[in-house]
Amino acid sequence: MTGPRVLIVDDEAELVSALEERLNLRGFRASGVTTGADALARVAGGDYDVVLLDVKMPGLGGLQVIHRIKTEHPQVQVVLLTGHGSAQDAAEGMRLGAFDYLMKPVKITDLVRILRAAAGQDRPEETPP
Amino acid sequence: MLTHPPEHRPPVLTDRPRRPAVDADQDRLISGGRYRRMALTGILAVSAVALVPLLLVTLMSYRQYRTAFESDFSHPMLRFASAAQQSLGSFLSERLSALGMIMRETPLEDLRSSEKLQRVLATIDQSFGGIVDLGVIDENGIQVAYAGPFALEGRNYAEHRFFQEARTRGVSVSDVFMGYRNLPHIVLAVHKDLGGHRELVLRATVDTDVFHFLVRARTLRRPEQTAFCRRCHALVVPPFSDAFIINTDGVLQTPSRYYGDILGHALLPPLPPTRDPAVTEVVDARGQPLVAAYAQIEGSPFTLVVLSPRDATHAGIQSVRQDVLLFLGLSCVAILTVVITGTTLVVRRVHQADLRRAALYHKMEYTNKLAAIGRLGAGVAHEINNPLSIIMQKAGLLKDLLTMTDDLPPREKMVDLVDSVLRSAERCGGITHRLLGFARHMDVHHETIDLDGLLKEVLGFLEKEASYRNIEIAFAYPETPPSIVSDRGQLQQVFLNIINNAFAAVDDGGHIEIGIARDGADEVTVSITDNGVGIPEAQLAHIFDPFFTTKKGAGTGLGLSITYGIVQKLGGRIGVESAVGKGTRFTVTLPLAPPTTGGDA
Repeated sequence: MTGPRVLIVDDEAELVSALEERLNLRGFRASGVTTGADALARVAGGDYDVVLLDVKMPGLGGLQVIHRIKTEHPQVQVVLLTGHGSAQDAAEGMRLGAFDYLMKPVKITDLVRILRAAAGQDRPEETPP
Repeated sequence: MLTHPPEHRPPVLTDRPRRPAVDADQDRLISGGRYRRMALTGILAVSAVALVPLLLVTLMSYRQYRTAFESDFSHPMLRFASAAQQSLGSFLSERLSALGMIMRETPLEDLRSSEKLQRVLATIDQSFGGIVDLGVIDENGIQVAYAGPFALEGRNYAEHRFFQEARTRGVSVSDVFMGYRNLPHIVLAVHKDLGGHRELVLRATVDTDVFHFLVRARTLRRPEQTAFCRRCHALVVPPFSDAFIINTDGVLQTPSRYYGDILGHALLPPLPPTRDPAVTEVVDARGQPLVAAYAQIEGSPFTLVVLSPRDATHAGIQSVRQDVLLFLGLSCVAILTVVITGTTLVVRRVHQADLRRAALYHKMEYTNKLAAIGRLGAGVAHEINNPLSIIMQKAGLLKDLLTMTDDLPPREKMVDLVDSVLRSAERCGGITHRLLGFARHMDVHHETIDLDGLLKEVLGFLEKEASYRNIEIAFAYPETPPSIVSDRGQLQQVFLNIINNAFAAVDDGGHIEIGIARDGADEVTVSITDNGVGIPEAQLAHIFDPFFTTKKGAGTGLGLSITYGIVQKLGGRIGVESAVGKGTRFTVTLPLAPPTTGGDA
């Protein structure tokens, strides 16, 4: 069985690695990068179903990245990770074509559900509670 | 890198005058001494304004009243002296001219005959009265004829003063003297030169009783004076006053109530000579203060004197003075009571208002600080969320590994995960500590401060925002900038306010430069330069005013005014230069050590 391919983009490397492992344990094929530029390069080169994208990042910010992805690779779904009180950023992201957004800190069950929905595989699989 | 070096911008504004609403000297202002001085000044000024005119008016009216009173008092005495002067003068001149006429009209033989002279005396006594006897004296001073009650024919008057005076001056009026008859009398004499060394002097005697009667008669003949003076408690007439005649040597020519009988000495100091009746105040030899009205009687050695004790005059004035003093005293007490009570009350109100204002200001400063920190809220929340997310995911992964796999994960892997959780928890702790450290210290507390550390502490809150917005923050100062002694909490607030403004002013990708430079021997200047929107010159003059804001609806307008107040309180200065579209530069100049407190400079 081949799970959805997910690219995790966040400037916190430790968070990226933890999410990567957890998603892989749940049947995703996840990998991660820590900058917006790297993310664009990976999306251009790879074949991703969903990009999990942090909005606030140094350098190329999340909103710029989603704009580029949706222009150049409209088939790739993007799920945004936002901080509290960044409703404006979330709204802007949705306008730019995000599939959905999640508030940090995020629960793994919510994340899995949304990522599956984004990948178009929203039937439940065998997942631990 | 600065896009606009500060030296190319015109300095729009540097040091600014003190702002009334943000008083940096609150503590000194509300010290007690200042209010005591304020109260004292107020009381003195208001009292002076109220009391000086009162005192002047009172004094002037008192003096006017006294002058009027004294003239009321002396006027009847003067009138009396004047009338007596006239009647005595005419009494003497009438008789002298009668003697002159006798001398001219009567044949020489008749004058030398006592018998004929007796007839002349009868005639003259009938016409004028007051003449006791007549005598004719030849050039040798021998009285050759005499008509009168005494046996004085053949007496020698060569040595008598009246005889010598009549020969030299033509007429003479003598002092009162006893003479051969041993009774007090006055002699009137006229002289006639017969030619060939032959002369005659005709003398007449005036009884001093008549003279005395003339003075007394005057005093008694004026009942209206008595009535007038009874009304004003000062009597010219008996029993308090005295009227008499003295000669040039001050010898009494009529009896005096005060100084005894005729030919006694009036114990008065010499009276200044005057043609017209005059009034003066004198003290006699007994030390009695008196008011004297006097008039010299022309053609005679006599001066008419009217005396009245000064006490009589003064009794009335005394009572007026008492009334005036009582009025003045009560007025002063009333005015001073009102002034002192009123001023004290006003100053106390001012003091209370100042205390309230100071308390309010203190509270406002604190609120501003909290608001400034609140504006950082988003950044702080994000900053906390990151380590929190890591904790959740690392702990979640550990649980996944323990529950979702059959084998236990390797020990090193688990230790790694737990370490990561601990590190992130510490990060959270650091953030909360920094936030709490910021909100504390509101009371002034001086300590040695490393400016570099302090500025980095402030920027710690804004680092994330800077990185997300790609704002470049440059530190343009030596590695070990000077440290200063000041208040940490207050300085944090100052720089947080200014740097917050800089962040608000720049676009994403903007530039903020922070500089620290020694300024003279005992000051250091921190500059915060941004390349943001800049401030129009018209607004620049107001940015330190309270409630002035350019962030419509977003700011309280208190930030910079409070910043200004704090910098002043710390003994420093704040300045700003700006150019629209190019950027703004704030400079905060601080003393290396706090100014000594209590200095009233």
